[in-house]
Amino acid sequence: MQAKTRSRLELLGIYLVFAFMAVIIIYPLLWAVGMSLNEGRSLYSSTIIPENWSLTHYRWLFTDERSNYLLWYRNSMIVSSMSVLLSVTITTFTAYAFSRYEFVGRKSGLYTFLILQMFPVLMAMVAIYILLNLVGLLDSLTGLVLVYVGGQIPFNAWLVKGYLDTIPRGLDEAARIDGAGHFTVFFRIILPLAKPILAVVALFNFMQPLFDFILPSIILRSPRNYTLALGLYNFINDQFSNNFTRFAAGSILIAVPVAVIYVFLQRFLISGLTSGGTKE
Amino acid sequence: MSEAKQLNDRINKIKAHKPNPTVAMALSILFAGLGQIYNRRYFKGILFALFEIAFIITFGEFIGLGLWGIFTLGEIPGVDHSIFLLVYGLLSIILIVFAAVFYIYNVRDAKKQAQAILDGWIPPTFKESLKAGYDKTFPYLLTTPGLLLLIFAVVFPLMFAISLAFTNYNLYNSPPRHLVEWVGFSNFTNLFTNNLWRNTFVSVFSWTIVWTVVATTFQITLGLFLAVLVNDVRVKFKKLIRTILILPWAVPGFVTILIFAAMFNDEFGAINRDIMMPLFGLEVPWLTDPTFTRMVLIFIQTWLGYPFVFALFSGVLQSISNDWYEAADIDGASRWQKFRFITLPHVLFATAPLLIIQYTTNFNNFNIIYLFNEGGPAVQGQNAGGTDILISWVYKLTFDTNNYNMAAAISLIIGLMVSIFAIFQFRRTAAFKEEGKL
Repeated sequence: MQAKTRSRLELLGIYLVFAFMAVIIIYPLLWAVGMSLNEGRSLYSSTIIPENWSLTHYRWLFTDERSNYLLWYRNSMIVSSMSVLLSVTITTFTAYAFSRYEFVGRKSGLYTFLILQMFPVLMAMVAIYILLNLVGLLDSLTGLVLVYVGGQIPFNAWLVKGYLDTIPRGLDEAARIDGAGHFTVFFRIILPLAKPILAVVALFNFMQPLFDFILPSIILRSPRNYTLALGLYNFINDQFSNNFTRFAAGSILIAVPVAVIYVFLQRFLISGLTSGGTKE
Repeated sequence: MSEAKQLNDRINKIKAHKPNPTVAMALSILFAGLGQIYNRRYFKGILFALFEIAFIITFGEFIGLGLWGIFTLGEIPGVDHSIFLLVYGLLSIILIVFAAVFYIYNVRDAKKQAQAILDGWIPPTFKESLKAGYDKTFPYLLTTPGLLLLIFAVVFPLMFAISLAFTNYNLYNSPPRHLVEWVGFSNFTNLFTNNLWRNTFVSVFSWTIVWTVVATTFQITLGLFLAVLVNDVRVKFKKLIRTILILPWAVPGFVTILIFAAMFNDEFGAINRDIMMPLFGLEVPWLTDPTFTRMVLIFIQTWLGYPFVFALFSGVLQSISNDWYEAADIDGASRWQKFRFITLPHVLFATAPLLIIQYTTNFNNFNIIYLFNEGGPAVQGQNAGGTDILISWVYKLTFDTNNYNMAAAISLIIGLMVSIFAIFQFRRTAAFKEEGKL
């Protein structure tokens, strides 16, 4: 009997921990939603439960002439999808070569990737700025995409290579005996089996540009070229118009779909990461 | 019949030719492809020679300018732009490295083939060698696009940043009006001997270390703690609880950090106005007192970072076989012992590299520091804010005060520290050892 009471108390304790966590997690998110529904624009006059409920900020984002929200949305989608497309293609090619072929510089290449991914991209900002300026890609989405794609190679090539290593070599050898060429093996055998990890890489490369504000703030100059994150950041950062409530509205519109996708895909993500990143 | 005869003729012709490996090598050193032509591998030889000619015509002048530029960094202020010259110089060096690799291959190839022909090797026909060449170059074809982009976006910028660390490039002598000069290690000595720089460096560096260790350890511990709790057999609604616990990871960090920054605003943030004032009757200077800002930053990072670890550990926990625990029960192990000797080793072993990445990420976690309070509040006697970590200090030096040389010197120190730490750690983990065998 005593053991049973103890177990119940323990369980109660566990649930209390969860309840506490739930409050800490949900409060800030709810607060942001409340803010976005306030009528005023500044933090000062706004409350978590608005005195005057209103959707003005949402309406402003979509209908006001001065709002570039839809344009930013479009820019972000372009940058993210181009970055996914190029990253997945280039990373898979690279990882396939590192996983299946012997060539000069293979091993030192792997070490180089490992070290390069440690260096913060920020360190290279000045050089990226000058280089893009030199080739005329400053203030352009193309320049931004190229930097994203180049920067993700070291980490993702490792990830994908780790996954490809787990696909038995016997499969491609059998296909080769049947006369399959390099590309046939790649497209018919490796690619279909590597789908899970490619999905992970695609997701990473879609999300990363979506919420990065630092690289765009260096590369993109004109507000019409801004990506979502940079535009939203400027709602708050702009000294002359502190628009916290507007920022909240714009962020919720993008954060909700992203959060839903993440919650659904997180299991998938984790299994992709552990199979590539670690070997049990 | 005639085909066999043709083949025979060909073999006899080849056997009659006795190339001298040293001569072949010398010819290829003289000009790419000459050795191959001497070996009677005409197509290859001409291809190589054309390659060298094209390279010289296209890049010759550029490399000349670049090499002069990187040595002198310009001679006439207002005319020569030191920074562009530095860029040209670095690009020239990259081109030269490529050319050197090709040249070494060309020379070794000439020597090897001459030797092989002497030893009685029959070169394949033109068609066969095309096929063999394709097979051999295939992995290079695959990696070329990646390599080029990597050079463009990572390698070249890093080389540039490293070079800047050894120049005096800052606001006061920026081109085109002035020239930049090479100054050796004086930026580094400056960093450690000049009082202002040394004080700032020491305080920023120690906060960076505290920040990395404390914030990361908190997020890992909390993630582990919650994962173990949810994994308890008695807990119901596991799916719902997991979903709620994962939320901070699902909501974009960029957004949540800015929300927290607003909530912790000293005057009209929700924390002071709705919680601290009504409950305790005091306003806490969250954003104006460095100690409070640091505490809040660690709290926010824990909030943001634990769900990933939680999700990771949850997956591993479910995969630990129950037999272990049953065996431990028979031996009368306590709950702590089971955790310490079964659960912990399992999860740590499976996730070690990813946990290490957590530490290195936080070491350079620019976003949270900058977005929350731009590294502030300001502190007397140093040129960085009270919560600036090395990387956000570098950002400020670069974009606010244009101290490019010092920023580069500090980034170099960051890079070295992180890579030494990472290599040391990765070597110890099983995953990398296995990789080493390949």
